[in-house]
Amino acid sequence: MTKEQIEQVKNNPKYQKLVSERSRFAWTLSIIMLVVYYAFIMTIAFNPEALGTKIGDGVMTIGIPIGIAIIFIAFVLAGIYVRRANGEFDELTREVREELGDIA
Amino acid sequence: MKKLLLLTLPLLLTVGAFAAGAIEGEVQKQPLNISAIIMFLIFVAGTLGITYWASKRTKTAKDFYTAGGGITGFQNGMAIAGDYMSAASFLGISGLVYLAGYDGLIYSIGFLVGWPIILFLISERLRNLGKYTFADVAAYRLKQTPIRTLAAFGSIATVILYLIAQMVGAGKLIQLLFGLPYELAVVLVGTLMILYVTFGGMLATTWVQIIKAILLLSGATFMALAVMSHFGFSLDAMFTAAIEVHGKGEAIMAPGGLVSDPISAISLGVALMFGTAGLPHILMRFFTVSDAKEARKSVFYATGFIGYFYILTFIIGFGAIIMVLNNPEYLDLAKQAISGGSPILGGKNMAAIHLSHAVGGNFFLGFISAVAFATILAVVSGLTLAGASAISHDLYANVFNKHGEVDEAKEMRVSKIATVALGILSVLLGIAFEQQNIAFVVGLAFAIAASANFPVLFLSMFWSKLTTRGAVIGGSLGLGTAILLVILGPIVWVQIFGNAEAIFPYKYPALFSVTVAFIAIWFFSITDKSDAAAKEIEAFEAQDIRSQTGIGAEGASEH
Repeated sequence: MTKEQIEQVKNNPKYQKLVSERSRFAWTLSIIMLVVYYAFIMTIAFNPEALGTKIGDGVMTIGIPIGIAIIFIAFVLAGIYVRRANGEFDELTREVREELGDIA
Repeated sequence: MKKLLLLTLPLLLTVGAFAAGAIEGEVQKQPLNISAIIMFLIFVAGTLGITYWASKRTKTAKDFYTAGGGITGFQNGMAIAGDYMSAASFLGISGLVYLAGYDGLIYSIGFLVGWPIILFLISERLRNLGKYTFADVAAYRLKQTPIRTLAAFGSIATVILYLIAQMVGAGKLIQLLFGLPYELAVVLVGTLMILYVTFGGMLATTWVQIIKAILLLSGATFMALAVMSHFGFSLDAMFTAAIEVHGKGEAIMAPGGLVSDPISAISLGVALMFGTAGLPHILMRFFTVSDAKEARKSVFYATGFIGYFYILTFIIGFGAIIMVLNNPEYLDLAKQAISGGSPILGGKNMAAIHLSHAVGGNFFLGFISAVAFATILAVVSGLTLAGASAISHDLYANVFNKHGEVDEAKEMRVSKIATVALGILSVLLGIAFEQQNIAFVVGLAFAIAASANFPVLFLSMFWSKLTTRGAVIGGSLGLGTAILLVILGPIVWVQIFGNAEAIFPYKYPALFSVTVAFIAIWFFSITDKSDAAAKEIEAFEAQDIRSQTGIGAEGASEH
């Protein structure tokens, strides 16, 4: 790729849109996952009794649905990303490549 | 009980958490288990058939390393999940739940949360930039020789450490489950894995992994359902029954001091997350799919399968508390006579195996035993292929042979020779380490992956100012720090060398060694004012465009 070609790609408005939107989306989701995980780990480190709080009349503690929910959140966040990336972002990528013509 | 937990903790952490050998310490050889052996032979016959089929389709280097790039996202997701669901994460995590209840779940979660982040930040860039190994990505705009040497060293070290753990685990597990001698088991695993990899390459390795993943998920599902149906599918009834028989009582329903101080907790999190993203046999799987779209799908499916599997192991662990603990059939009488309590045959990591007998009789015990053996085979095959690729593709084709094009046929021959050599080496190491304490081995592999492989790979994709000098010095310092801190830490320094107190107090060095690596890479890059460095920085833009759009990326081969 020559310098001119690189400039051409970088100045393409659709390329700029793709890069900025996708990276904002990816980092937002990553931060959500990290916050959820480390909130859980910090609770275990500093206040483990909180997770032992009973819910309902039986022996079930709040920690169990929370733990299962984190597994579920990981899966759902992955699904949300794949849905948007394989749809909207891939479509945008295709348009970028079309506009660039011979470079791509 | 708390004391017991503390004593077994180091073992559990490395064994259960890091998917190392499933069984530690002395084991007694059991009588021959015929139904298990027959089912295992069926698995072997089936997988050798697949290897024969795959060998017909493995002609080029691309076929060998990446199955021609023609694996679908769903298949690859299953294979990635298979790499992750090793014998020890099945036996180790269910054993941890059996022993400590809720704490087992903490581990499962730590293992899983790295995956979405790999998806968001690295999977598609990796697919767009790489060809066969992750060194292709790290060395994309940097100097080939030093970067590939470092990456190959990191890969081979990770692979060999992991192989030792798997081999020792395999030998002990098979002694216990099948009643076969240790050496025979190790030689058998080595031979089969050499056959799969040399003849069938990535295609056979992937399908062996997929089949095993299906078998393991089905077996675990059946066990969890059997446990749940026993309690009329009421979780509350199951937990109540478990609390009644477990020595810790209601404490099994909440965190029990497994992750006690914040530094250890964060360091473990760093090791699990960055380590996963630096394991060569996992990274290699991203090159087996046709494009970034399939790469993303594979992580999504993998996350689903792994998450589901961990929920099953949680139920299986509780099932074992109810049906195995206090069941005289599984009691280790010899051990009980010495130490009291109610130890089970083969130790806590056998909880899931005994449960399979409790819910499905001898036939199902045989099935689960065969699946456990198959699991080890599938994991070592993937590891060996990754190690052989580092030798043939990174070292042979790009370092030793940098002048002129390398003949593809020759490169493939080298990778097959490397496979055989790694296979023989792992058999020898497996036998040599039979009586050794290997609890540190997989922890070390993860630390190296997180501190040497991951920082270089990550910054090469995200930071334009990375230079060869920064990558080499920083990566090497990360590697050195990880090794040093593991040696000075509680497992090696205290348990193996017998010193009273550890010089480095934490079991997981990742938080420290990863930080060292990132800071050193940053410092030695920004102070690098050479012309070569300027060119490398300039080359980032073209690389970034390819990683963002896939322009110029490797496609799938025509079949």
